[in-house]
Amino acid sequence: MTEMNDKKDDSILSIEHLSIRYSDDKLAVKDVSAKVKKKTITAIMGPSGCGKTTLLRAINRMHELYPDIHTEGKIMLGDENIYDMSTINLRRRIGMVFQRPNPFPTMSIYDNVIAGYKLNGIHLKRSERDEIVERSLKNVALWDEVKDSLHSRGNFLSGGQQQRLCVARTLAFKPKIILLDEPTSALDPISTAKIEDLLVELKQEYTIILVTHNMSQAARISDNAMFMYLGELVEYDSTKDMFTNPRDPRTEAYLTGKFG
Amino acid sequence: MFILPLDTIHEGSMKFLYIQLILMQVNSDKILKRVLFAASLVILLIAAAMVFSLFKGSLPSISRFGWGFLFSPEWDPTQGREHYGALLFIVGTLLTSVVALIIALPLAFFTSLFVAEYFRGTKIATIVSTLVDLLAGIPSIIYGLWGFYMLRPFIVTLGLSPQGFGVLTSALVLAIMVVPYATSLSNNTIMMVPNELKEAAYSLGATRLEVIRNVILPSARSGMTASYILAFGRAIGETLAVTMLIGNENIIPKGLCSTGNTMASVIANQFGEASGLQLSSLIEIGLLLFVMTTLINAAGKYIIKKIA
Amino acid sequence: MDQTTTLNKKYISTLSDKDDIGNLLIRSRKLKDRLFKIAAMFFSFITIAMVFLIIGSLLAKGLKQINWAFFTQVAPDTFSAMMAKSSGQVIPGGIVNGILGSIYLVALASAMAVPFGILIGVYIYENSKKRYAAIIRDIADILQGVPSIVIGIIAYIWIVVPLTKGYSVFAGSVALAIMMLPLIVRSTEESLKMVPETLKEAAIALGTPYYKVILRVLIPSSFSGLMGGILLAISRVLGETAPLMLTTLGNPQVNWHIEKPVSAVPLLIWQFYNDPNMVDLIWSSAVFLMGFVLILNLASRWICAKKKI
Repeated sequence: MTEMNDKKDDSILSIEHLSIRYSDDKLAVKDVSAKVKKKTITAIMGPSGCGKTTLLRAINRMHELYPDIHTEGKIMLGDENIYDMSTINLRRRIGMVFQRPNPFPTMSIYDNVIAGYKLNGIHLKRSERDEIVERSLKNVALWDEVKDSLHSRGNFLSGGQQQRLCVARTLAFKPKIILLDEPTSALDPISTAKIEDLLVELKQEYTIILVTHNMSQAARISDNAMFMYLGELVEYDSTKDMFTNPRDPRTEAYLTGKFG
Repeated sequence: MFILPLDTIHEGSMKFLYIQLILMQVNSDKILKRVLFAASLVILLIAAAMVFSLFKGSLPSISRFGWGFLFSPEWDPTQGREHYGALLFIVGTLLTSVVALIIALPLAFFTSLFVAEYFRGTKIATIVSTLVDLLAGIPSIIYGLWGFYMLRPFIVTLGLSPQGFGVLTSALVLAIMVVPYATSLSNNTIMMVPNELKEAAYSLGATRLEVIRNVILPSARSGMTASYILAFGRAIGETLAVTMLIGNENIIPKGLCSTGNTMASVIANQFGEASGLQLSSLIEIGLLLFVMTTLINAAGKYIIKKIA
Repeated sequence: MDQTTTLNKKYISTLSDKDDIGNLLIRSRKLKDRLFKIAAMFFSFITIAMVFLIIGSLLAKGLKQINWAFFTQVAPDTFSAMMAKSSGQVIPGGIVNGILGSIYLVALASAMAVPFGILIGVYIYENSKKRYAAIIRDIADILQGVPSIVIGIIAYIWIVVPLTKGYSVFAGSVALAIMMLPLIVRSTEESLKMVPETLKEAAIALGTPYYKVILRVLIPSSFSGLMGGILLAISRVLGETAPLMLTTLGNPQVNWHIEKPVSAVPLLIWQFYNDPNMVDLIWSSAVFLMGFVLILNLASRWICAKKKI
């Protein structure tokens, strides 16, 4: 069923028989196994409530913030099981960008970018900090727009700019993998296009996993795609193959708009 | 209601009825609007008359002692050499209230975090916040009794003061009394911090403490400050519990275990037997208390308005 | 300018394992995190323990004196209390003069404060955009913060001296009414705000005149909120002692004359407190007062919680 898993190649993340159960015994994720390739964009699609966000959050253990969650299986990052790692270093390696832009309103733009260091109590020299801020903001193409107001609060930024600031905040912490949970669903089409361009650029160096509602977005930017339905990973294939030749009737039904 | 066939009613009388109905409504509307407005004047009048009466009642004392009233530590009702100054009561009030707030702060701060963050939305949080709110419902005199019969002997046992009366005893009871005022608003402001912000911090690897310190507290700080200011205002005006515990000695407290007196207590103790200049001086203390609590509450409300 | 395509590779860097946060730092951060949570639980526990300590010690001391006579007889004089105490018996008499006095005072105060409070609350709600209404609301907030003893002075100046020429029920109830008024104003406004705007609009769209919208739609649909607010205000003033000391003084007998002094449960407690022979009665009266106030308090909460439309 999951074609991608058979191809032995440079995978960075390997999900092995992952099941996640909520307190009411509802299985949100059912025995999912998948390998994610290095420096690619992998899209997770599926109708709402299919478990795609839970799966994404499980990759940096953000799902554990909810009470009474039960997780079985493993996720291997390199040769380490993330459930044996400390969440602190795990989340340092696997960053996350959320559905709605959420820069810290009480911090300046500058402080927002280095928030990861601040929050983790890592002390940097001023020059290091300046370099990280500049580099991260340039990477998300926000530098020219905010370089004169780095030390003011970012509430004048547009939604798209705020979301890019959030990506910069994640990049500043030098992750290997970036998780994005419907990062453009709260944005206008122009900001969405900019974020999409940015993600395509970023995959030169980072591995990107993206949950999206938007099939055309997945088709535009992702290399591989997962289709989830009722907690199950129904199909996992290269995006091109999945969109041109879905193997599973449920995938086909979803892609042709029968449900979702 | 039954409907008559149209043609049985004279057109003119129909129109007349209709106009009258509208007029009635317009009149009722006008009357109600006027009644509501008149009612609003009542509260305005009460407040204005309150200030006026307090001021008028204080006039003999004000004209006799002037500003010196605020700075004189002497309170002597002996016939012939009557002299009244409020300093020792002002110091006593501020001291007990500040100490009370210092004691109440960790209780209120951590209870707010317990209810609004650590156990937010759980049954235990509801129980805790209901119990804390119950504290606000217990009458002042009962706190006084509890302090007098339970806490005071304990203070004596600890050897802090021979009788157990004094600033510390009053402040301890005051602290418990103001905890609900300090928590309820804090709870709301902590809960208003958006979940997305907390998740952003968690996703960067922050521990819960770091999320609280770097995300929740910066956002909730002004609301929490406002709630502590309002609690302080409460403590300043509290009468009976303090009267029963402070010792009612007209001295400037020398320390935490020293006895003293507060503005509200001296009014409660002496108002009944006072007359003439003493009565006027007590009313002036009431005026000062009014001004102090109003300023403190206004400051708290101002901060709240700025957040909203 | 489309900058995203000019992404410079040299800007990009990913984590190497030497950048890992050291175990020592992680351990100390987790320790601090845990200690802080323990502190939160510890201080919350102290707060809650205080509630139980106060209520529990009161119940333990006060329940034994509560009997039928407690509710039917007036407070005893010092002598009979002393005799009973020295022979180890329950103190005769009760607090019926205080109970009836409290009811009298609060009923009279409510009769004054409730209608005005609701009218003013409706006024503020209806004119919430006007500056004048905002000022009225601020004044209500200021009144709410005025210490009760100051309200006592006011009622003394307004009523005791010029009107009733002495301590009286009327003076006491005016003091309580002034304390209740801002509470009712604010709770009225708050519960009117909870009425969905659509309900009001629907009524207006049907051509309902303004006064009927208020009387038939707004007030009925926020009725439980109003009741909750009134009960809460009553529970707040029922335990007030300080203002009553300056206005009604107390009365060893049951009194129904509005211009005469009257007793109240908190005043009786104050009187018992000052009389060493009455210690047992202090606790039973305190239990009674606290029970009554807390039940009203919980009832108002329950009513307010139920009002969700």
